[in-house]
Amino acid sequence: MIQLENVSKAYSAGAPALYQVSLDVDDGEFVFIVGPSGSGKSTLIKLLLKELEPTEGKIVVGGHDLSKIKKRQIPRYRRNIGFVFQDFRLLKDRTVYDNLAFAERATGASTRKIRSTVPKMLSMVGLAEKYRSMPDELSGGEQQRVAIARALINRPKLILADEPTGNLDMDNAWEIMRLLEKINRTGTTVLVVTHNLEIVSAMKKRVVRLKQGAIVDDEPAEV
Amino acid sequence: MFSIASIATMAACIFLFGLIFSMVINVRQMVKEAESGVTITVFFDEGISQDQIDKIGQEIQARPEVTKIKYVSAEEALQQYVDEYMNGSEEAAQGLGDDNPLANSANYEVYMDDISQQSELASYIESLDGVRQVNQSVLAANILSDFNRLAAYVAIAIMAILLGVAVFLISNTVRIGIAVRSDEIAIMKLIGASNHFINAPFIVEGIVIGMTGSIIPLVILYFLYNKIVTYILGHFVFLSDVINFVPAGHVFVYLVPVSLILGAGIGFIGSQITIHRHMNV
Repeated sequence: MIQLENVSKAYSAGAPALYQVSLDVDDGEFVFIVGPSGSGKSTLIKLLLKELEPTEGKIVVGGHDLSKIKKRQIPRYRRNIGFVFQDFRLLKDRTVYDNLAFAERATGASTRKIRSTVPKMLSMVGLAEKYRSMPDELSGGEQQRVAIARALINRPKLILADEPTGNLDMDNAWEIMRLLEKINRTGTTVLVVTHNLEIVSAMKKRVVRLKQGAIVDDEPAEV
Repeated sequence: MFSIASIATMAACIFLFGLIFSMVINVRQMVKEAESGVTITVFFDEGISQDQIDKIGQEIQARPEVTKIKYVSAEEALQQYVDEYMNGSEEAAQGLGDDNPLANSANYEVYMDDISQQSELASYIESLDGVRQVNQSVLAANILSDFNRLAAYVAIAIMAILLGVAVFLISNTVRIGIAVRSDEIAIMKLIGASNHFINAPFIVEGIVIGMTGSIIPLVILYFLYNKIVTYILGHFVFLSDVINFVPAGHVFVYLVPVSLILGAGIGFIGSQITIHRHMNV
């Protein structure tokens, strides 16, 4: 699903944010990316979303060589990726239903299709009955579940989650991780950037450790 | 709030545009009327036959810039002379005897629709066989032609400045809209919304501001125009003999589509400029 070959990214003349990183993630894998602040985790995510261009190296996602994707093709490429933010990024002035409908409509889906997809996605994250609620009426965990439902709306093959439990207590954090694991079991590749080492060690998934822009450890999943 | 400010400024710009447009249309109409009174006078060679005079008349009439020609016979020329210089006195006219001193003064008065082509037409007529002399009002032609051009240049310059200001203001409003909705835009970009989907609301916003800002002043101008014309003609009676105002219907049949297209165009361009500068997808 993801191949990075000797990827480096430098923002200025100083130390590079990523240096000679090579990484393979297979279809259907669940991978944690961990590391201290400034280790290059966010840069890695931005490169995968094609928000940034690597200074050198090659990135292939879902068979797409990112260097060959033109600017106007980026939206179509991103529809293959579901993205989950630390701060949920829901539209506060719209209902749960409208937040999901908005995401699907943005890709050109018809109203009929939206009406059939949104309840399914909400049901998958256990919030079918909350479709009329405003984001502020939901708990942090529920908001993140809505955000995950939104990330799933276009049925992506890859989910990128950047600190999805960063704003949540442990109970809610576990709930979100179990949800991501459930999504992974349907065949979707999941890449989670996190600081929550307790959950990382408990889930026994593949763990890639970054330090100062380089991969210092790549621990396989425990079967 | 910013939209209201933009609509108000746009309305002010289109209002001024409409005002200038109405003035220019009227000035051009007045100049046109003045031009239509300026003629070229064509005199013929001595002893020329009536057939030849008719042939010259046909050749002049065939020119596209000529709107009308009028044949003035020697007798009519004499009568005009008597009317102008002898106060129409029959006695004084009889003093001239049976000989018409203006026997060779039969002529064509040539009227044209574009006075700037007067010299060119005069040269052409001079080259015709049987033409002795061509009189033209070079000064009048030049003054009217220059005035017409000047009015058009001044109007274009003022309009260009006003339109520039309007584009800037709409572009600024759309920029604020983009800043206010930056979170929404960021989410849209990351979920793969097409550029068209992200940009369309801002383009529509610009066009709506532009068109709303056009409709308001058009309505005001329509009532104001009729009021002003009625007021001038009512209070300045001597002007009504000199000036023929263009009817409101005739002004607005051009002003309405031009203003609406202008409003929509300014809105479109203003929003496009901002999107191009501030929305890097």
